[in-house]
Amino acid sequence: MTKAELVEIIAAETGVSKKDTGQIVELIMDNIGRALLDGDRIELRGFGSFKVKTRGARQARNPRTGDSVAVPAKRVPFFKASNELKARLNPKD
Amino acid sequence: MTKADIVEDIAQKTGLTKKEVGETVDLFLDKIGDLLVAGHHLEIRGFGTFKVKERKERMARNPRTGDAVPVPSRRVPVFKVSKMLKDRVAGQDA
Repeated sequence: MTKAELVEIIAAETGVSKKDTGQIVELIMDNIGRALLDGDRIELRGFGSFKVKTRGARQARNPRTGDSVAVPAKRVPFFKASNELKARLNPKD
Repeated sequence: MTKADIVEDIAQKTGLTKKEVGETVDLFLDKIGDLLVAGHHLEIRGFGTFKVKERKERMARNPRTGDAVPVPSRRVPVFKVSKMLKDRVAGQDA
């Protein structure tokens, strides 16, 4: 499913226009993206949370040449699903 | 940052009511959940992909007693961050 199809389904249920719904969805992504760039954590109750993890600098090797290469520290965005969402996917437990 | 903060920001930017925005945001998250439950995935360009992965059954141990316990196979929701967002976040100083 694409974002456009999802927007259509949501608009049909809320009565908010497709145009406005599309804009809201874009702004959700935009808010999450900006928060991650700032290193902030975003918690969406019942759904999950987004945050940034820091990976330390390390020495790696170029697998072709065997040369040692320095990999700098970097920040990686990460999503953790809520327990509710996990439970919905496994209804038996 | 919470959902309320996001709803507030969007209402301000669009001129829509907080109720309209709140309902849309809630439904958006619910629908992603429904898609995942149905085994579908959702790709949002420039942001990432929500999908479901299968974890196989495995044996684990009760750390207190040392007994072997089977962990049944299960489905887990995962989000794969788009390269664009990953690169943008990685570009910030760590």
